[in-house]
Amino acid sequence: MSSTATTERPERGASRSSAQTTSGAGSSGSVMREIMSGNGMVTVLAILLSLIISALLIIFTNQDFLDAAAYFFSRPMDALAAAWTAVTSAYAALFRGSIFNYEASSVTGMFHPLTETLTVATPLIIISLGIAISFRAGLFNIGGQGQMIFGAMFATWFGVHLQLPAGIHLLLVLIMGILGGALWGSVVGALKAWTGAHEVILTIMLNYVAINLVTYLLYTPVLQAEGSTNPVSDALEPTALFPPLIGDSFRLNWGFVVAILATVFAWWLLSRSTIGFRLRAVGANPTAARTAGISVRSMYITAMAISGGLAGLAGMAQVSGTEKVLNTDVAGSFGFDAITVALLGRSNPIGVFFAGLLFGALRAGGVTMQVETGVPIDIVLVVQSFIVLFIAAPPLVRTIFRLPQPGALKARTSADPVTQPLAAGVAASTTATADGTTHAPAGATGDGAGLADAEEEATADEADVSSTPPDSGPPLGSHPTAEEVHQDEDARRRAAGEGEQL
Amino acid sequence: MRSASSSRLSRSVGVPAALLGVSGLLLAGCGAAPEESGNGAGSGPAEDNSDYKACIVSDQGGFDDRSFNQSSYEGVTAAKDELGIEMAQAESNSPSEFTPNVNQMVQSGCDSIIGVGFLLGNTIKPIAQEQTDIHFIGVDVTDTDFTENVQRIIYDTAEAAFLAGYLAAGTSESGKVATYGGAEIPTVTIFMDGFAAGVEHYNQEKGADVQVLGWDREAKTGSFTGDFENQAAGKTNTTNFINEGADIIMPVAGPVGLGTLDAVVEANNGGASAKVIWVDSDGYETTEQGEVILTSVVKKMGDAVQEVIANDLEGEFSSEPYVGTLENGGVDLAPFHDFDGEVSEEMKSELEAIKQGIIDGSIEVGSEYSPEH
Repeated sequence: MSSTATTERPERGASRSSAQTTSGAGSSGSVMREIMSGNGMVTVLAILLSLIISALLIIFTNQDFLDAAAYFFSRPMDALAAAWTAVTSAYAALFRGSIFNYEASSVTGMFHPLTETLTVATPLIIISLGIAISFRAGLFNIGGQGQMIFGAMFATWFGVHLQLPAGIHLLLVLIMGILGGALWGSVVGALKAWTGAHEVILTIMLNYVAINLVTYLLYTPVLQAEGSTNPVSDALEPTALFPPLIGDSFRLNWGFVVAILATVFAWWLLSRSTIGFRLRAVGANPTAARTAGISVRSMYITAMAISGGLAGLAGMAQVSGTEKVLNTDVAGSFGFDAITVALLGRSNPIGVFFAGLLFGALRAGGVTMQVETGVPIDIVLVVQSFIVLFIAAPPLVRTIFRLPQPGALKARTSADPVTQPLAAGVAASTTATADGTTHAPAGATGDGAGLADAEEEATADEADVSSTPPDSGPPLGSHPTAEEVHQDEDARRRAAGEGEQL
Repeated sequence: MRSASSSRLSRSVGVPAALLGVSGLLLAGCGAAPEESGNGAGSGPAEDNSDYKACIVSDQGGFDDRSFNQSSYEGVTAAKDELGIEMAQAESNSPSEFTPNVNQMVQSGCDSIIGVGFLLGNTIKPIAQEQTDIHFIGVDVTDTDFTENVQRIIYDTAEAAFLAGYLAAGTSESGKVATYGGAEIPTVTIFMDGFAAGVEHYNQEKGADVQVLGWDREAKTGSFTGDFENQAAGKTNTTNFINEGADIIMPVAGPVGLGTLDAVVEANNGGASAKVIWVDSDGYETTEQGEVILTSVVKKMGDAVQEVIANDLEGEFSSEPYVGTLENGGVDLAPFHDFDGEVSEEMKSELEAIKQGIIDGSIEVGSEYSPEH
């Protein structure tokens, strides 16, 4: 958008390049900041919204509803009842499969779903913590999959081939899992630090390397089960497995305790340790961090090693916890789900922990929903995706629910026409849509702090007049219609003599 | 600005469009309500066994993979339609979902649980040990050592592939035939090994020297695309084979084989005369390019699943694996369809003789991937 605007304003050519870079960096930074800093209300509403959209999908793919909708006007209650039944039965099954099964005949059966949620959430929480840490260091680590595979490979080898006493064996396997992931992660950090290669490209490519390597090794005696021709490893020794946490009848194991410890570790690292401080400083502004005497290179390597180490631990938690064997798909979609969990948790360890629990509950409940109501488990993916979509676009959620824009007032007052003339111009035209009366002066004073803020402001103003600050907005009754605004805008443009080609 | 005018435009178009959509919905809702006491005579299943529930769990392929998940699923739905049983299904997106899915089936009161794919074998094993009242069926599960309540459905695909190899060697004009697989797993390599064994048999019988590209029986190595999704890789592989002189290609890679069909159609448009041998289902019926498909090595998984369910319903569940062979029709060579006129009567009778030979044991396929039966 900024480039379009630039070409439309040739007379601003002198300041073009500097303005463009400023607003470009500013907008991508502010989008990231926006995602990280949204409030809890938006999160809750995002979850609610995605459940509503998914409910619509459930209704419109439900055969009973479609049959009844064909004669909607002769007996509308049929269709409505079918829609109601479809949604309530699906969501009830989701609840029964993830939190509490009120239909179970035994106490064990009643609490089984909750333990299942915690079990499924365990690796997800651990790997998401890793991704969150890399985000805080300003690194977009999408290599969780590869790092998890490496952790699982290391853990499996030491878990299968060594005979050690209980306890020591598990500890060794755990450390090896972390080391495996950390190794693969620090390769990315080192390459970025020393060659400047982009971590996104590196991690994508290293994911392929990891998956092909594990596939290859699963066909060689290094990992393949003895006597098998399938790409599956032997089962890990019992001494290398996490013991069950609350009895043999549940899959929940000590891996969940490790997930809690990892969360505490990540919280301590980010908010209490020196490394965490440096890491966040590099993430906030590498140039400033370098000026302040922080070695950006070593922080890249450290951040990726920690991030990869946690991903590796997640891989170890899979093979030592629930799976007990290694196969080519051990990482599944964890690497990518972790990105969404980290975003939902706003890269804050505590937030990530609860986001992981939520996704674990959705996954665990999705199984019950699929089997009992025939709603495909993919609907869970839809819920997850919409949650993240709404989280990433807080203005959308605020608009839908008519919430005030926290940034609106700030954006108006903190405008800086000198450093961001381009953004200010764009902001002026968008603010004009809402204000109706103060177009030209707004442009002249440079009312806007950044592209993203400006757009957000416009949406909010259109949706909710009360959020317009009293000093600049017109009285409620005189709010202009879209038509008037458009004319006003045309008039302003002619008056301003910017000579834009429509 | 531009954005303002374009949004105005879209608004002016949007309103009539929305009205149109709403009116469409209104019209769709104008049907007559059915009578409350609709007695659907004749449409129900032939029998009523609604107290029996068969449940199926897929592997990552999902039930729309045009391969073993799909045909097993069709077997269960056929059993539902014909035997009047209840069914439930669960798709797995990753191996970590196998255990939750099977556990859920156990809790949902399934009488038999069908797991599709060799990876499900590891999942079923411990659960079957605990849930001795439930019958488990493992499709394509090649591992052994299961408890009494598990039946495996496996196939000696090498037998039918042997026939395909013999046919290919006898039909090839260039003296070179080719095969490749999706992933290097036994259920894939057994096709390739049987195919190569069939070509060897032809060479011995006729003193010919037809070469097989893409699979080396001695070294047990061959050509693989790496997955069952990348059709472009299948196309590249096939084009390479054609350039090396092969004129009959057998892809053992599910949907990746569609890339082979494209490559062969293109090559034939350019003057070549290549043909394809399809696998799993009769490709003449399941794909769009039947005109280049010489024959197919079919693996009748749906029939086997349905049969096993029917047996279980009769109380005749057996822990002996069901092995699909030429003898019981579990594997076979599909009809030649468009090429029926081109395959000589001599070849047809030879194939029939070899088939009988394999069934009575006088001809050894000799594939080490074959299951014992």
